[in-house]
Amino acid sequence: MTDQPTGRRTSDTVVFTGNITDLLAEAEAAKAGREVVVELDGVSKVFAGGKDGTDVQALAQIDLSIRAGEFISLIGPSGCGKSTLLRLIGDLTAASGGTVAVNGKSARQARLDRDYGMVFQAPVLFDWRTVRRNVELPLEITGVDKATRAARATAMLELVELGDFGEHHPWQLSGGMQQRAAIARALALDPAILLMDEPFGALDEMTRERMNLELLRIWERTGTTVIFVTHSIAEAVFLSTRVVVMSPRPGRITKIVRIDLPRQRDVETREMERYFQLVTEVREALRGGEAEGETADARRVAAEGLSG
Amino acid sequence: MTLASASADASTASVVGRTVRSWLLPLGIFVGALIAWDLLTRVLGLPQFILPAPSKIAEAWVTYLPELWASATYTLVEIVLGMILGAGAGLAAGIVVARWAGLRESLLPVAIGVSAIPIIAFAPLLNNWFGLDTQLSKAMVAAVLVFFPVLINTSRGLLHVEPAALELMRSMAASDAQVFREVRSHSAMPFIFTALKVGTTLATIGAIIGEYFGAPSISLGQYIVRYAAFLNLERSWAAIVFASAIGIGLYVLVAVAERLMMPWHASYRTVTEEH
Repeated sequence: MTDQPTGRRTSDTVVFTGNITDLLAEAEAAKAGREVVVELDGVSKVFAGGKDGTDVQALAQIDLSIRAGEFISLIGPSGCGKSTLLRLIGDLTAASGGTVAVNGKSARQARLDRDYGMVFQAPVLFDWRTVRRNVELPLEITGVDKATRAARATAMLELVELGDFGEHHPWQLSGGMQQRAAIARALALDPAILLMDEPFGALDEMTRERMNLELLRIWERTGTTVIFVTHSIAEAVFLSTRVVVMSPRPGRITKIVRIDLPRQRDVETREMERYFQLVTEVREALRGGEAEGETADARRVAAEGLSG
Repeated sequence: MTLASASADASTASVVGRTVRSWLLPLGIFVGALIAWDLLTRVLGLPQFILPAPSKIAEAWVTYLPELWASATYTLVEIVLGMILGAGAGLAAGIVVARWAGLRESLLPVAIGVSAIPIIAFAPLLNNWFGLDTQLSKAMVAAVLVFFPVLINTSRGLLHVEPAALELMRSMAASDAQVFREVRSHSAMPFIFTALKVGTTLATIGAIIGEYFGAPSISLGQYIVRYAAFLNLERSWAAIVFASAIGIGLYVLVAVAERLMMPWHASYRTVTEEH
Protein backbone atom coordinates (compact mmCIF):
# COMPACT_ATOMS: atom_id res chain seq x y z
CA MET A 1 0.00 0.00 0.00
CA THR A 2 2.54 2.55 -1.11
CA ASP A 3 -0.09 5.01 -2.28
CA GLN A 4 -1.37 5.48 1.23
CA PRO A 5 -0.19 8.77 2.61
CA THR A 6 0.82 8.77 6.24
CA GLY A 7 0.54 11.67 8.62
CA ARG A 8 4.24 12.30 8.62
CA ARG A 9 4.58 12.35 4.90
CA THR A 10 1.84 14.90 4.33
CA SER A 11 3.55 17.31 6.66
CA ASP A 12 6.19 17.64 3.95
CA THR A 13 3.73 18.81 1.34
CA VAL A 14 3.07 22.37 2.32
CA VAL A 15 1.04 24.32 -0.18
CA PHE A 16 1.97 27.96 -0.55
CA THR A 17 -1.09 30.09 -0.03
CA GLY A 18 0.51 33.47 -0.34
CA ASN A 19 0.36 33.92 3.39
CA ILE A 20 3.87 34.24 4.72
CA THR A 21 2.85 34.19 8.40
CA ASP A 22 1.27 30.79 7.87
CA LEU A 23 4.45 29.41 6.46
CA LEU A 24 6.41 30.80 9.34
CA ALA A 25 4.00 29.26 11.84
CA GLU A 26 4.34 25.95 10.03
CA ALA A 27 8.12 26.07 10.20
CA GLU A 28 7.95 26.93 13.85
CA ALA A 29 5.72 23.98 14.67
CA ALA A 30 8.06 21.65 12.83
CA LYS A 31 11.06 23.08 14.68
CA ALA A 32 9.30 22.81 18.02
CA GLY A 33 8.85 19.16 17.08
CA ARG A 34 5.38 18.74 18.51
CA GLU A 35 5.19 15.26 19.90
CA VAL A 36 3.03 12.56 18.38
CA VAL A 37 -0.01 11.90 20.60
CA VAL A 38 -1.77 9.25 18.57
CA GLU A 39 0.06 6.67 16.53
CA LEU A 40 -1.92 4.12 14.54
CA ASP A 41 0.11 1.39 12.93
CA GLY A 42 -1.52 -1.11 10.61
CA VAL A 43 -4.76 -1.00 12.57
CA SER A 44 -7.62 -3.22 11.42
CA LYS A 45 -11.02 -4.09 12.80
CA VAL A 46 -13.18 -7.06 11.94
CA PHE A 47 -16.73 -7.42 13.21
CA ALA A 48 -17.59 -11.08 13.57
CA GLY A 49 -20.73 -12.52 12.02
CA GLY A 50 -22.79 -10.15 9.91
CA LYS A 51 -26.34 -11.07 8.89
CA ASP A 52 -25.17 -13.80 6.55
CA GLY A 53 -22.69 -15.07 9.14
CA THR A 54 -19.60 -13.73 7.39
CA ASP A 55 -17.18 -11.42 9.12
CA VAL A 56 -17.18 -7.77 8.15
CA GLN A 57 -13.90 -5.99 7.71
CA ALA A 58 -14.65 -2.52 9.06
CA LEU A 59 -11.12 -1.15 8.95
CA ALA A 60 -7.99 -2.31 7.15
CA GLN A 61 -4.39 -1.19 7.39
CA ILE A 62 -4.86 2.18 9.02
CA ASP A 63 -1.63 4.13 9.51
CA LEU A 64 -1.96 7.59 10.97
CA SER A 65 -0.02 9.73 13.36
CA ILE A 66 -1.48 12.77 15.01
CA ARG A 67 0.61 15.46 16.67
CA ALA A 68 -0.24 17.48 19.74
CA GLY A 69 -2.55 20.39 19.11
CA GLU A 70 -3.79 19.15 15.75
CA PHE A 71 -7.42 19.22 14.71
CA ILE A 72 -8.05 16.07 12.70
CA SER A 73 -11.34 15.36 10.96
CA LEU A 74 -12.26 11.85 9.87
CA ILE A 75 -14.62 12.02 6.93
CA GLY A 76 -16.15 9.39 4.70
CA PRO A 77 -19.42 7.83 3.61
CA SER A 78 -21.46 5.72 6.02
CA GLY A 79 -19.79 2.41 6.60
CA CYS A 80 -16.23 3.63 6.09
CA GLY A 81 -15.47 2.94 9.74
CA LYS A 82 -14.69 6.50 10.78
CA SER A 83 -16.65 6.18 14.01
CA THR A 84 -15.08 2.79 14.63
CA LEU A 85 -11.65 4.35 14.18
CA LEU A 86 -12.49 7.04 16.73
CA ARG A 87 -13.78 4.41 19.14
CA LEU A 88 -10.59 2.39 18.70
CA ILE A 89 -8.50 5.41 19.67
CA GLY A 90 -10.79 6.01 22.66
CA ASP A 91 -10.68 2.34 23.70
CA LEU A 92 -14.43 1.96 23.45
CA THR A 93 -13.76 -1.00 21.17
CA ALA A 94 -10.65 -3.10 20.63
CA ALA A 95 -8.60 -3.34 17.43
CA SER A 96 -8.45 -6.69 15.66
CA GLY A 97 -4.91 -6.04 14.43
CA GLY A 98 -2.15 -3.46 14.49
CA THR A 99 -1.28 -1.13 17.31
CA VAL A 100 -2.92 1.97 18.74
CA ALA A 101 -0.56 4.08 20.81
CA VAL A 102 -1.72 7.16 22.69
CA ASN A 103 0.92 9.29 24.41
CA GLY A 104 3.19 6.28 24.10
CA LYS A 105 0.71 4.09 26.01
CA SER A 106 -1.92 1.59 24.95
CA ALA A 107 -5.35 3.08 24.25
CA ARG A 108 -6.67 1.27 27.31
CA GLN A 109 -4.05 2.73 29.60
CA ALA A 110 -4.71 6.18 28.15
CA ARG A 111 -8.42 5.76 28.91
CA LEU A 112 -7.68 4.64 32.46
CA ASP A 113 -5.38 7.66 32.83
CA ARG A 114 -8.29 9.84 31.64
CA ASP A 115 -6.40 11.19 28.64
CA TYR A 116 -9.65 11.45 26.67
CA GLY A 117 -12.67 13.65 26.66
CA MET A 118 -15.55 12.22 24.63
CA VAL A 119 -18.40 14.03 22.91
CA PHE A 120 -21.04 11.95 21.18
CA GLN A 121 -23.72 12.83 18.65
CA ALA A 122 -26.25 12.89 21.49
CA PRO A 123 -25.25 15.12 24.40
CA VAL A 124 -25.86 12.27 26.93
CA LEU A 125 -26.48 14.64 29.82
CA PHE A 126 -28.06 13.16 32.92
CA ASP A 127 -31.48 14.63 33.62
CA TRP A 128 -31.14 13.99 37.34
CA ARG A 129 -28.21 16.38 37.54
CA THR A 130 -28.13 20.09 36.89
CA VAL A 131 -25.99 21.29 34.00
CA ARG A 132 -23.25 22.25 36.47
CA ARG A 133 -23.31 18.86 38.14
CA ASN A 134 -23.19 17.17 34.75
CA VAL A 135 -19.99 19.07 34.03
CA GLU A 136 -18.68 18.06 37.45
CA LEU A 137 -19.38 14.36 36.84
CA PRO A 138 -15.90 13.40 35.53
CA LEU A 139 -14.34 15.33 38.40
CA GLU A 140 -16.52 13.49 40.91
CA ILE A 141 -15.56 10.19 39.37
CA THR A 142 -11.86 10.95 39.71
CA GLY A 143 -12.40 12.05 43.31
CA VAL A 144 -11.59 15.74 42.93
CA ASP A 145 -12.56 17.72 46.04
CA LYS A 146 -15.67 19.86 46.08
CA ALA A 147 -14.09 23.31 45.94
CA THR A 148 -11.86 22.43 43.00
CA ARG A 149 -14.81 20.80 41.28
CA ALA A 150 -16.93 23.91 41.62
CA ALA A 151 -14.15 26.18 40.38
CA ARG A 152 -13.40 23.93 37.42
CA ALA A 153 -17.08 23.61 36.46
CA THR A 154 -17.50 27.37 36.59
CA ALA A 155 -14.50 27.85 34.34
CA MET A 156 -15.69 25.22 31.86
CA LEU A 157 -19.24 26.57 31.77
CA GLU A 158 -17.87 30.02 31.07
CA LEU A 159 -15.62 28.62 28.36
CA VAL A 160 -18.64 27.25 26.52
CA GLU A 161 -20.67 30.35 27.36
CA LEU A 162 -23.14 28.61 29.63
CA GLY A 163 -22.10 30.55 32.72
CA ASP A 164 -25.69 31.51 33.53
CA PHE A 165 -27.16 28.07 32.97
CA GLY A 166 -25.33 25.97 35.53
CA GLU A 167 -28.37 25.54 37.75
CA HIS A 168 -30.68 24.64 34.86
CA HIS A 169 -31.56 21.09 34.05
CA PRO A 170 -30.45 19.63 30.72
CA TRP A 171 -33.97 19.46 29.30
CA GLN A 172 -34.33 23.19 29.77
CA LEU A 173 -31.54 23.85 27.25
CA SER A 174 -31.71 23.90 23.46
CA GLY A 175 -29.90 21.22 21.45
CA GLY A 176 -26.91 23.44 20.76
CA MET A 177 -26.60 24.43 24.42
CA GLN A 178 -26.82 20.80 25.51
CA GLN A 179 -23.99 19.93 23.17
CA ARG A 180 -21.92 22.80 24.57
CA ALA A 181 -22.55 21.44 28.07
CA ALA A 182 -21.32 18.05 26.82
CA ILE A 183 -18.15 19.72 25.51
CA ALA A 184 -17.65 21.46 28.86
CA ARG A 185 -17.94 18.09 30.57
CA ALA A 186 -15.48 16.50 28.16
CA LEU A 187 -12.97 19.26 28.88
CA ALA A 188 -13.45 19.19 32.65
CA LEU A 189 -10.49 16.88 33.26
CA ASP A 190 -8.32 18.86 30.84
CA PRO A 191 -7.83 15.84 28.58
CA ALA A 192 -4.93 15.57 26.15
CA ILE A 193 -7.29 14.45 23.39
CA LEU A 194 -10.85 15.45 22.63
CA LEU A 195 -12.69 12.74 20.71
CA MET A 196 -15.83 13.96 18.97
CA ASP A 197 -18.20 11.62 17.17
CA GLU A 198 -20.41 13.73 14.87
CA PRO A 199 -21.12 16.11 17.74
CA PHE A 200 -23.10 18.56 15.66
CA GLY A 201 -24.79 16.02 13.39
CA ALA A 202 -28.19 16.49 15.03
CA LEU A 203 -28.13 20.29 14.92
CA ASP A 204 -29.60 22.54 12.27
CA GLU A 205 -27.25 24.20 9.80
CA MET A 206 -27.26 27.63 11.45
CA THR A 207 -26.56 26.28 14.92
CA ARG A 208 -23.97 23.96 13.48
CA GLU A 209 -22.00 26.81 11.90
CA ARG A 210 -22.12 28.76 15.14
CA MET A 211 -20.97 25.69 17.07
CA ASN A 212 -18.08 25.29 14.63
CA LEU A 213 -16.84 28.75 15.47
CA GLU A 214 -17.31 28.07 19.17
CA LEU A 215 -15.37 24.85 18.93
CA LEU A 216 -12.47 26.56 17.14
CA ARG A 217 -12.36 29.20 19.84
CA ILE A 218 -12.33 26.51 22.55
CA TRP A 219 -9.66 24.54 20.71
CA GLU A 220 -7.59 27.71 20.39
CA ARG A 221 -7.85 28.41 24.09
CA THR A 222 -7.30 24.90 25.43
CA GLY A 223 -4.75 23.69 22.92
CA THR A 224 -6.13 20.13 23.06
CA THR A 225 -5.71 17.71 20.21
CA VAL A 226 -9.08 17.16 18.58
CA ILE A 227 -10.18 14.13 16.58
CA PHE A 228 -13.50 14.87 14.97
CA VAL A 229 -15.78 12.54 13.03
CA THR A 230 -18.12 14.18 10.55
CA HIS A 231 -19.78 13.60 7.24
CA SER A 232 -19.93 17.27 6.38
CA ILE A 233 -17.18 18.31 3.99
CA ALA A 234 -17.67 22.00 4.81
CA GLU A 235 -17.39 21.36 8.51
CA ALA A 236 -14.28 19.20 8.13
CA VAL A 237 -12.45 21.76 5.98
CA PHE A 238 -13.47 24.71 8.10
CA LEU A 239 -12.36 23.17 11.41
CA SER A 240 -9.35 21.03 10.70
CA THR A 241 -5.64 21.22 10.33
CA ARG A 242 -5.87 17.94 8.40
CA VAL A 243 -8.82 16.08 6.92
CA VAL A 244 -8.52 12.32 6.78
CA VAL A 245 -10.64 11.00 3.90
CA MET A 246 -11.80 7.42 4.26
CA SER A 247 -13.45 4.95 1.94
CA PRO A 248 -15.59 1.94 2.80
CA ARG A 249 -15.40 -1.82 2.26
CA PRO A 250 -13.07 -2.17 3.99
CA GLY A 251 -12.59 1.19 5.69
CA ARG A 252 -9.22 2.68 4.93
CA ILE A 253 -7.57 6.05 4.49
CA THR A 254 -7.60 7.16 0.87
CA LYS A 255 -6.19 10.62 1.29
CA ILE A 256 -5.09 13.10 3.90
CA VAL A 257 -5.80 16.69 2.91
CA ARG A 258 -3.73 19.29 4.70
CA ILE A 259 -5.90 22.35 5.40
CA ASP A 260 -3.57 25.28 4.90
CA LEU A 261 -6.11 27.97 5.63
CA PRO A 262 -4.98 30.64 8.06
CA ARG A 263 -5.24 29.38 11.62
CA GLN A 264 -7.51 32.27 12.58
CA ARG A 265 -10.82 31.27 11.00
CA ASP A 266 -14.11 33.11 10.98
CA VAL A 267 -17.25 33.46 8.87
CA GLU A 268 -15.20 34.95 6.04
CA THR A 269 -13.02 31.87 5.85
CA ARG A 270 -15.95 30.11 4.23
CA GLU A 271 -15.83 32.61 1.39
CA MET A 272 -12.13 32.28 0.63
CA GLU A 273 -10.99 30.93 -2.71
CA ARG A 274 -8.64 28.48 -0.99
CA TYR A 275 -11.50 27.19 1.17
CA PHE A 276 -13.46 26.25 -1.96
CA GLN A 277 -10.41 24.59 -3.48
CA LEU A 278 -9.96 22.47 -0.36
CA VAL A 279 -13.66 21.58 -0.21
CA THR A 280 -13.40 20.43 -3.82
CA GLU A 281 -10.25 18.48 -3.07
CA VAL A 282 -11.94 16.63 -0.20
CA ARG A 283 -15.06 16.03 -2.27
CA GLU A 284 -13.05 14.55 -5.11
CA ALA A 285 -11.12 12.37 -2.70
CA LEU A 286 -14.43 11.12 -1.31
CA ARG A 287 -15.82 10.46 -4.77
CA GLY A 288 -12.70 8.52 -5.70
CA GLY A 289 -13.27 6.21 -2.75
CA GLU A 290 -16.95 5.83 -3.64
CA ALA A 291 -16.38 4.84 -7.28
CA GLU A 292 -13.77 2.32 -6.29
CA GLY A 293 -16.07 0.58 -3.87
CA GLU A 294 -19.09 0.51 -6.16
CA THR A 295 -18.24 -3.02 -7.34
CA ALA A 296 -18.82 -4.82 -4.06
CA ASP A 297 -22.47 -4.11 -3.41
CA ALA A 298 -23.31 -6.85 -0.97
CA ARG A 299 -20.47 -5.95 1.34
CA ARG A 300 -21.48 -2.36 1.23
CA VAL A 301 -24.91 -3.06 2.62
CA ALA A 302 -23.38 -5.16 5.38
CA ALA A 303 -20.79 -2.55 6.25
CA GLU A 304 -23.20 0.35 6.24
CA GLY A 305 -25.26 -1.30 8.90
CA LEU A 306 -22.27 -1.04 11.21
CA SER A 307 -21.47 2.58 10.81
CA GLY A 308 -22.46 5.06 13.42
CA MET B 1 -44.30 29.30 25.07
CA THR B 2 -44.26 32.96 24.13
CA LEU B 3 -47.82 33.34 25.25
CA ALA B 4 -47.05 31.76 28.61
CA SER B 5 -44.17 34.10 29.32
CA ALA B 6 -46.01 37.11 28.01
CA SER B 7 -48.70 36.77 30.62
CA ALA B 8 -47.57 34.79 33.62
CA ASP B 9 -50.72 35.54 35.60
CA ALA B 10 -52.96 34.14 32.93
CA SER B 11 -50.85 30.99 32.72
CA THR B 12 -50.91 30.43 36.50
CA ALA B 13 -54.66 30.90 36.47
CA SER B 14 -55.01 28.43 33.64
CA VAL B 15 -52.82 25.88 35.44
CA VAL B 16 -54.97 26.17 38.56
CA GLY B 17 -58.07 25.98 36.42
CA ARG B 18 -56.80 22.89 34.68
CA THR B 19 -55.93 21.22 38.00
CA VAL B 20 -59.35 21.96 39.47
CA ARG B 21 -61.03 20.72 36.32
CA SER B 22 -58.92 17.55 36.30
CA TRP B 23 -60.15 16.81 39.84
CA LEU B 24 -63.72 17.98 39.48
CA LEU B 25 -64.59 15.80 36.53
CA PRO B 26 -63.66 12.40 38.06
CA LEU B 27 -65.16 13.52 41.37
CA GLY B 28 -68.41 14.45 39.63
CA ILE B 29 -68.55 11.13 37.85
CA PHE B 30 -67.89 9.29 41.12
CA VAL B 31 -70.64 11.17 43.00
CA GLY B 32 -72.99 10.73 40.04
CA ALA B 33 -72.35 7.00 40.01
CA LEU B 34 -73.09 6.77 43.74
CA ILE B 35 -76.38 8.62 43.29
CA ALA B 36 -77.33 6.40 40.34
CA TRP B 37 -76.43 3.33 42.39
CA ASP B 38 -78.55 4.55 45.30
CA LEU B 39 -81.55 5.34 43.08
CA LEU B 40 -81.23 2.03 41.23
CA THR B 41 -81.34 -0.07 44.41
CA ARG B 42 -84.44 1.83 45.54
CA VAL B 43 -86.26 1.79 42.19
CA LEU B 44 -85.50 -1.89 41.55
CA GLY B 45 -86.19 -2.70 45.19
CA LEU B 46 -82.98 -4.79 45.41
CA PRO B 47 -82.69 -6.69 48.69
CA GLN B 48 -79.75 -5.39 50.69
CA PHE B 49 -77.94 -8.76 50.72
CA ILE B 50 -77.61 -8.42 46.94
CA LEU B 51 -76.56 -4.81 46.79
CA PRO B 52 -77.02 -2.36 49.64
CA ALA B 53 -77.58 1.30 48.80
CA PRO B 54 -74.56 3.59 49.30
CA SER B 55 -76.50 5.55 51.89
CA LYS B 56 -76.91 2.33 53.93
CA ILE B 57 -73.20 1.57 53.59
CA ALA B 58 -72.37 5.08 54.78
CA GLU B 59 -74.68 4.59 57.71
CA ALA B 60 -73.00 1.31 58.67
CA TRP B 61 -69.61 2.97 58.22
CA VAL B 62 -70.43 5.67 60.74
CA THR B 63 -72.17 3.35 63.21
CA TYR B 64 -69.40 0.74 63.35
CA LEU B 65 -66.46 3.10 62.90
CA PRO B 66 -64.52 2.05 66.07
CA GLU B 67 -64.40 -1.67 65.20
CA LEU B 68 -63.85 -0.95 61.53
CA TRP B 69 -60.97 1.34 62.44
CA ALA B 70 -59.42 -1.29 64.71
CA SER B 71 -59.75 -3.93 61.97
CA ALA B 72 -58.33 -1.60 59.35
CA THR B 73 -55.25 -0.66 61.39
CA TYR B 74 -54.62 -4.34 62.16
CA THR B 75 -54.68 -5.14 58.44
CA LEU B 76 -52.72 -2.00 57.53
CA VAL B 77 -49.80 -3.24 59.62
CA GLU B 78 -49.79 -6.48 57.61
CA ILE B 79 -49.94 -4.60 54.32
CA VAL B 80 -47.12 -2.19 55.18
CA LEU B 81 -44.97 -4.97 56.63
CA GLY B 82 -45.61 -7.04 53.48
CA MET B 83 -44.68 -4.08 51.28
CA ILE B 84 -41.43 -3.53 53.15
CA LEU B 85 -40.45 -7.21 53.12
CA GLY B 86 -41.51 -7.84 49.53
CA ALA B 87 -40.08 -4.62 48.08
CA GLY B 88 -36.86 -4.95 50.08
CA ALA B 89 -36.29 -8.52 48.95
CA GLY B 90 -37.36 -7.69 45.39
CA LEU B 91 -34.95 -4.75 45.20
CA ALA B 92 -32.06 -6.79 46.57
CA ALA B 93 -32.76 -9.71 44.26
CA GLY B 94 -33.22 -7.35 41.31
CA ILE B 95 -29.84 -5.74 41.91
CA VAL B 96 -28.13 -9.13 42.21
CA VAL B 97 -29.83 -10.46 39.09
CA ALA B 98 -28.96 -7.31 37.11
CA ARG B 99 -25.34 -7.45 38.20
CA TRP B 100 -24.59 -11.04 37.21
CA ALA B 101 -25.63 -12.09 33.73
CA GLY B 102 -25.35 -15.80 34.64
CA LEU B 103 -27.92 -15.43 37.41
CA ARG B 104 -30.08 -13.31 35.15
CA GLU B 105 -30.22 -15.93 32.46
CA SER B 106 -30.91 -18.77 34.87
CA LEU B 107 -33.09 -17.12 37.52
CA LEU B 108 -35.11 -14.47 35.74
CA PRO B 109 -37.09 -16.86 33.51
CA VAL B 110 -37.89 -18.92 36.61
CA ALA B 111 -39.00 -15.79 38.47
CA ILE B 112 -41.20 -14.72 35.59
CA GLY B 113 -42.68 -18.22 35.48
CA VAL B 114 -43.32 -18.28 39.21
CA SER B 115 -44.87 -14.83 39.13
CA ALA B 116 -47.43 -16.13 36.63
CA ILE B 117 -48.63 -18.67 39.23
CA PRO B 118 -51.65 -17.36 41.15
CA ILE B 119 -49.61 -16.96 44.32
CA ILE B 120 -52.74 -16.09 46.23
CA ALA B 121 -53.47 -19.83 46.15
CA PHE B 122 -50.59 -20.29 48.56
CA ALA B 123 -52.23 -18.12 51.20
CA PRO B 124 -53.52 -21.07 53.28
CA LEU B 125 -50.05 -22.66 53.17
CA LEU B 126 -48.41 -19.45 54.35
CA ASN B 127 -50.91 -19.40 57.20
CA ASN B 128 -49.64 -22.84 58.14
CA TRP B 129 -46.01 -21.81 57.97
CA PHE B 130 -46.16 -18.48 59.74
CA GLY B 131 -49.09 -19.00 62.10
CA LEU B 132 -52.82 -18.71 61.54
CA ASP B 133 -53.27 -15.91 64.03
CA THR B 134 -50.16 -13.89 63.29
CA GLN B 135 -49.89 -10.73 61.29
CA LEU B 136 -46.66 -12.09 59.84
CA SER B 137 -48.39 -14.83 57.85
CA LYS B 138 -50.59 -12.25 56.04
CA ALA B 139 -47.64 -9.93 55.60
CA MET B 140 -45.86 -12.85 53.90
CA VAL B 141 -48.72 -13.32 51.43
CA ALA B 142 -48.49 -9.61 50.64
CA ALA B 143 -44.69 -9.78 50.45
CA VAL B 144 -44.70 -12.67 47.99
CA LEU B 145 -47.14 -10.80 45.75
CA VAL B 146 -45.03 -7.62 45.87
CA PHE B 147 -41.71 -9.41 45.45
CA PHE B 148 -41.96 -10.49 41.81
CA PRO B 149 -42.96 -7.26 40.09
CA VAL B 150 -40.32 -5.40 42.11
CA LEU B 151 -37.65 -7.98 41.24
CA ILE B 152 -38.46 -7.98 37.54
CA ASN B 153 -38.79 -4.20 37.23
CA THR B 154 -35.66 -3.50 39.26
CA SER B 155 -33.47 -5.73 37.13
CA ARG B 156 -35.07 -4.46 33.95
CA GLY B 157 -34.63 -0.84 35.03
CA LEU B 158 -31.01 -1.31 36.04
CA LEU B 159 -30.26 -2.81 32.64
CA HIS B 160 -32.34 -0.30 30.71
CA VAL B 161 -29.55 2.22 30.32
CA GLU B 162 -28.69 4.28 27.29
CA PRO B 163 -25.64 2.60 25.68
CA ALA B 164 -24.15 6.06 25.13
CA ALA B 165 -24.33 6.74 28.87
CA LEU B 166 -22.33 3.58 29.51
CA GLU B 167 -19.76 4.57 26.89
CA LEU B 168 -19.51 8.01 28.46
CA MET B 169 -18.84 6.45 31.87
CA ARG B 170 -16.34 4.08 30.26
CA SER B 171 -14.50 6.99 28.65
CA MET B 172 -14.18 8.49 32.14
CA ALA B 173 -12.83 5.16 33.40
CA ALA B 174 -15.66 4.96 35.95
CA SER B 175 -15.84 1.88 38.19
CA ASP B 176 -18.82 -0.51 38.16
CA ALA B 177 -19.94 0.95 41.48
CA GLN B 178 -19.84 4.46 40.03
CA VAL B 179 -21.81 3.39 36.96
CA PHE B 180 -24.37 1.85 39.29
CA ARG B 181 -24.63 4.92 41.48
CA GLU B 182 -24.53 7.61 38.82
CA VAL B 183 -26.41 5.98 35.97
CA ARG B 184 -28.15 2.68 36.62
CA SER B 185 -29.84 3.54 39.89
CA HIS B 186 -31.38 6.66 38.33
CA SER B 187 -32.48 4.90 35.14
CA ALA B 188 -34.12 2.18 37.23
CA MET B 189 -36.08 4.60 39.40
CA PRO B 190 -39.19 4.95 37.16
CA PHE B 191 -39.34 1.15 36.74
CA ILE B 192 -39.08 0.53 40.47
CA PHE B 193 -41.76 3.05 41.31
CA THR B 194 -44.10 1.51 38.75
CA ALA B 195 -43.63 -1.84 40.50
CA LEU B 196 -44.17 -0.28 43.92
CA LYS B 197 -47.43 1.31 42.79
CA VAL B 198 -48.69 -2.04 41.51
CA GLY B 199 -47.32 -3.49 44.76
CA THR B 200 -49.55 -1.35 47.00
CA THR B 201 -52.65 -2.86 45.38
CA LEU B 202 -51.21 -6.38 45.43
CA ALA B 203 -50.22 -6.10 49.09
CA THR B 204 -53.69 -4.94 50.05
CA ILE B 205 -55.27 -7.84 48.17
CA GLY B 206 -52.74 -10.31 49.60
CA ALA B 207 -53.26 -9.35 53.22
CA ILE B 208 -57.07 -9.41 53.01
CA ILE B 209 -57.23 -12.70 51.13
CA GLY B 210 -54.77 -14.13 53.64
CA GLU B 211 -57.16 -13.12 56.40
CA TYR B 212 -60.05 -14.93 54.68
CA PHE B 213 -58.32 -18.21 55.50
CA GLY B 214 -58.02 -17.43 59.16
CA ALA B 215 -57.21 -14.38 61.26
CA PRO B 216 -58.37 -12.72 64.48
CA SER B 217 -61.90 -11.31 64.22
CA ILE B 218 -60.43 -7.80 64.42
CA SER B 219 -59.15 -7.74 60.83
CA LEU B 220 -60.66 -6.44 57.60
CA GLY B 221 -60.68 -9.83 55.92
CA GLN B 222 -62.50 -11.58 58.77
CA TYR B 223 -64.85 -8.62 59.11
CA ILE B 224 -65.86 -8.86 55.45
CA VAL B 225 -66.29 -12.65 55.59
CA ARG B 226 -68.20 -12.62 58.86
CA TYR B 227 -70.86 -10.08 57.93
CA ALA B 228 -71.22 -11.46 54.43
CA ALA B 229 -72.08 -14.77 56.08
CA PHE B 230 -74.58 -13.06 58.37
CA LEU B 231 -76.08 -11.35 55.32
CA ASN B 232 -75.23 -8.07 57.01
CA LEU B 233 -73.89 -6.85 53.72
CA GLU B 234 -73.67 -3.13 54.39
CA ARG B 235 -71.11 -3.87 57.12
CA SER B 236 -69.03 -5.94 54.70
CA TRP B 237 -69.25 -3.12 52.23
CA ALA B 238 -68.19 -0.60 54.82
CA ALA B 239 -65.07 -2.71 55.45
CA ILE B 240 -64.45 -2.90 51.70
CA VAL B 241 -64.57 0.90 51.58
CA PHE B 242 -61.88 0.93 54.26
CA ALA B 243 -59.77 -1.57 52.33
CA SER B 244 -60.11 0.56 49.20
CA ALA B 245 -59.11 3.67 51.13
CA ILE B 246 -55.98 1.90 52.36
CA GLY B 247 -55.09 0.79 48.83
CA ILE B 248 -55.62 4.24 47.37
CA GLY B 249 -53.82 5.94 50.27
CA LEU B 250 -50.73 3.77 49.90
CA TYR B 251 -50.72 4.29 46.16
CA VAL B 252 -50.82 8.05 46.61
CA LEU B 253 -47.99 7.84 49.17
CA VAL B 254 -45.80 5.95 46.70
CA ALA B 255 -46.71 8.41 43.94
CA VAL B 256 -45.72 11.34 46.15
CA ALA B 257 -42.45 9.63 47.09
CA GLU B 258 -41.78 9.06 43.40
CA ARG B 259 -42.31 12.69 42.65
CA LEU B 260 -40.02 13.78 45.46
CA MET B 261 -37.28 11.34 44.49
CA MET B 262 -37.18 12.05 40.79
CA PRO B 263 -38.35 15.59 40.15
CA TRP B 264 -36.17 15.49 37.02
CA HIS B 265 -38.41 12.96 35.29
CA ALA B 266 -40.05 14.07 32.06
CA SER B 267 -43.57 13.53 33.39
CA TYR B 268 -43.07 16.10 36.18
CA ARG B 269 -41.40 18.84 34.21
CA THR B 270 -43.03 22.19 34.45
CA VAL B 271 -43.27 24.28 31.34
CA THR B 272 -40.35 26.67 31.21
CA GLU B 273 -39.47 29.29 28.67
CA GLU B 274 -37.27 28.19 25.85
CA HIS B 275 -33.83 29.53 25.44
